Amino acid sequence: MKKLTRRRVLTGAATMLAAPAIAAGKYSPGASDTEIKIGQTMPYSGNASAYGQNGRAHAAYFKMINETGGINGRKINLISLDDGYSPPKTVELARQLVERDQVLFLYAPLGTQCNTAIQKYMNQKKVPQLFVSTGASKWGDPAHFPWTMGWQPDYRTEGEIYAKHIKQTIKNPKIAILRQNDDMGNDYVSGFRELISSFKDTIGADAIVADATYEVTDPTVDSQILQLKNSGANVFYNVTTPKFAAQAIKKSAEIGWKPVQYIVNVSASIGAAIKPGGFENAQGIITAQYIKDITDPSWATSPDFMEWKAWMEKYNSSANPMESANATGYASAFTVTQVLRQCGDDLTRENVMRQAANLHDLEVPMLLPGIRLNTSPTDFYPIKSVRLSHLEGEHWKLFGDLISRDAA
Amino acid sequence: MTANWANKRGVGAGALLAWAGLALLPLIGFITENTSFDYYMYMGQSMLIYAIAVLGLNLLIGFNGQISLGHSAFFALGAYTTAILMNFGGWPYWATLPVAAVVCFLAGLAFGFPALKLEGHYLALATFTLAIAMPQLLKYKAIAGWTGGVGGVLLDKPDPPEWTGLSADQFLYYLCLFCAMVLFWLVFNLLRGRSGRAIMAIRDHTMAASTMGIDIARYKTVAFGISAGITGIAGALSAITVAYVAPDSFTLQLSISFLVGLVVGGIASLPGCLIGGAFIVLVQNSAQSISDWMKGTFALRYDVPAWAIYGVLLLALMYVLPDGIAGGCARIRAWWTTRGRREAQ
Amino acid sequence: MDFFIQQIASGLTSGAIYACVALGLVMIYVSTDHINFAQGEMAMFATYLAWAMINAGVPYWIAFGLTIAVAFFGGLFIQRVILKPLEHAPVLALVVCFIALLSIFNAIAGMIWSYTIKQFPSPFPSHDLFGNGLVSVQQLGVVGVTLVMLGLLTVFFRFTTLGLAMRAAAQNPASARLMGVRVAWMLALGWGLAASIGAIAGMLVAPIVFLDPNMMNGILVYGFASALVGGIGNPMGAVAGGFIVGVLENLVGSYVIGNELKLSFALVVVVGVLLLKPAGLFGRVIVRRV
Repeated sequence: MKKLTRRRVLTGAATMLAAPAIAAGKYSPGASDTEIKIGQTMPYSGNASAYGQNGRAHAAYFKMINETGGINGRKINLISLDDGYSPPKTVELARQLVERDQVLFLYAPLGTQCNTAIQKYMNQKKVPQLFVSTGASKWGDPAHFPWTMGWQPDYRTEGEIYAKHIKQTIKNPKIAILRQNDDMGNDYVSGFRELISSFKDTIGADAIVADATYEVTDPTVDSQILQLKNSGANVFYNVTTPKFAAQAIKKSAEIGWKPVQYIVNVSASIGAAIKPGGFENAQGIITAQYIKDITDPSWATSPDFMEWKAWMEKYNSSANPMESANATGYASAFTVTQVLRQCGDDLTRENVMRQAANLHDLEVPMLLPGIRLNTSPTDFYPIKSVRLSHLEGEHWKLFGDLISRDAA
Repeated sequence: MTANWANKRGVGAGALLAWAGLALLPLIGFITENTSFDYYMYMGQSMLIYAIAVLGLNLLIGFNGQISLGHSAFFALGAYTTAILMNFGGWPYWATLPVAAVVCFLAGLAFGFPALKLEGHYLALATFTLAIAMPQLLKYKAIAGWTGGVGGVLLDKPDPPEWTGLSADQFLYYLCLFCAMVLFWLVFNLLRGRSGRAIMAIRDHTMAASTMGIDIARYKTVAFGISAGITGIAGALSAITVAYVAPDSFTLQLSISFLVGLVVGGIASLPGCLIGGAFIVLVQNSAQSISDWMKGTFALRYDVPAWAIYGVLLLALMYVLPDGIAGGCARIRAWWTTRGRREAQ
Repeated sequence: MDFFIQQIASGLTSGAIYACVALGLVMIYVSTDHINFAQGEMAMFATYLAWAMINAGVPYWIAFGLTIAVAFFGGLFIQRVILKPLEHAPVLALVVCFIALLSIFNAIAGMIWSYTIKQFPSPFPSHDLFGNGLVSVQQLGVVGVTLVMLGLLTVFFRFTTLGLAMRAAAQNPASARLMGVRVAWMLALGWGLAASIGAIAGMLVAPIVFLDPNMMNGILVYGFASALVGGIGNPMGAVAGGFIVGVLENLVGSYVIGNELKLSFALVVVVGVLLLKPAGLFGRVIVRRV
């Protein structure tokens, strides 16, 4: 409470005086009385450049924070660099950020391979690699990598949730999988496969009848969709990135294949995948959500959505308002500012990590109601819960209860 | 035009000076307080590695006249050879380098045979195929046990021997520099000798070379092999310094950046390879800085994309120096040395 | 059997797309003797222009025509202004320029229109042709447009004086100049036409693969392979090459080796063909005089 009032006072002061007089804190490189410097790598170019929107959303969020007084009087200076989704480049940039630019920590670098490439280095250097933008299941491993933490629900758990849902709802499932041939596809499918095969008593031993891959460089997935249809499957597990998700949705409708479709959260963006694929083709598709569907008018009156909307208009106006990365980035950036707030004047790398592992029932704007972030020194999975939803009309409609990682 | 470049006086002394300068750079680490010194050493490693890769490519394109867009595949092959030997065989890093060279040499040789039948654009396509196929092959299920599949292989960075008193990055810089010096020296000698004249004769006039009794097929395939072997060593070094190999690291983009480095540095120029290597590393960072500067100075609402600036920089460079930086330097030198004669006229 | 026919139809559709891109490459090759690596990005950029017009309320076919015209002048401009200073530069310097153009187009498109995929309307309905789910009107339309373009180009190069002049200007500029051909303008014309063909290809592709700045990356690879397997100097060969690559890729992926390696395998076949016929299936071996 005390902190809050002080900040309010300083908010006014900070606009007049660039450097308000705060009691000198404890600092690691990158932090000072006036500034918190954080680094980031993002694929602004290359095949994965659609993800770059996350970084732009983060920057826009911090701009708002800075214009409203910063965090405990300090401005956030985000240095977000383009690694083109190439791991060696990520290594070079991470070293540049840590050694030359002297950032306090790396925030939300994107890509599984890219994060893998720097994980060891970051842990050796004892620089936090915080809230990485990838859902691989390996980021929550504090015993071996105490300086790396994930943020979003992990792909593996999500895949397991779909497997359970299939078991519960479909009597005689014949499952066809389309997946991107990379670690995201791998993670999503491996947990799913294991669970499906453990259900063999109820749904039969060979429930998975087809498993087709594609490369990001493939122009279309038409051929794969034909293969999947030909397998006689009645369930379609769509493990793709938005562009290919849209193609898959469109193509399966065109050839008259109407299986029960599960689409992974990565592609659950209405603006980036479902709308281009065609709403009429996508009715009933099931996905797991943790972020509010920003196109859904039923959220319009919730306070966090209104704040988000205002932020979109004022700070992120060049972005596509239908793209869910704007909500994900917003929520993620909120989480990191919360961690920094908790750090108070002790802006050491140790304390950043300690506070990141010290979130209790944190409610984050734009996350679904009921999802709270909890971390501890042994629990590095901030978001553990999702809710299933299916497409109804032009929006996701939630159903069922929150499903948590622990319960999954 | 470049046939007797190696015999020019001054080349030896200049090269010696340049290498000595490069060798002295890490020593700055002992007198500087700059905390980012290790980072600059790391950039130095990258530059040297790219320089070696460009050297391999230059031997093929610049000196032998065979175009390749597939050298990222040999780079990947070298990197994975090292990674697999270190990870599964428990080999020390230095012992993997010759193996990587041999594996890539053989692969290059094998590819050189079909390449014999192709020329120009068709050869470009065939090698292009290699660059496209390599990441997919590395991910392939059947060999995922060795290559780590889509996840790649993590390695341990080697520790420098204690007696050297060097930091890991200074040590790795010396490792790269040592390899670069050896390889440049080997290529220099190769080109200066009989084989080198044969290799260049094939580039300049294949038919004439053949009538002079040069075994075109043999020289072309061997040139391909050596070129691949050199690039493979670069790949192996990159695996050691990055300490991670993954399929996404070795895309067509990499081949293209080698080619850009080659042309910007200077076709058929050994110093050009070093310049090209440095260019590959520096230009992206400077494009980013220019973008940031433009945004700050002109208070732009949008980011000026760094890759657009990169493109404009490349265009500008090609306008001013169509034969590369080394070619430009040579022209300036020619102008300088003939200045007396011009004045006399 | 249905599955087989569907795979062939889908392969022919993709093949038609590759063929369009390949036609653009052939156009520039025939008229300037270069391979334009920026062909794909130029097509993508033109497609965005069409998208912007359609979004602003311009009817489809008017936007279609306008885009082709704009692309034509864009191509002229690139050749006359940007590439002009490099007339006498080495080939590799030009290749680097093409790479530079590629970066610029891609980055600018990303800046203006973002990297999120966009829908692009198709002039063809996507429903079935016979109501049995085998071939759609859309697929047939794409193949049809490609064949029409091929016909026009063949007629242009074979039977018009301008086409002949363009070929002459590329193959032997010195003699062509002596014969009164305005070589510089012929080169520019080649670029203009190639850019227009690219624009058509882009507008055909976009409804299928969705519009984004990286749309043509993968396709250019196939287009390149198609152009070469058919013979880079021959429009007919380029189109045949496109269909061969498209169908081959689908059949290999479905029946032979699985999807992971289908591109690699298809490319290996292409290279194999080249080894047997080094000038492509339909190319003529040019005997060089010493």
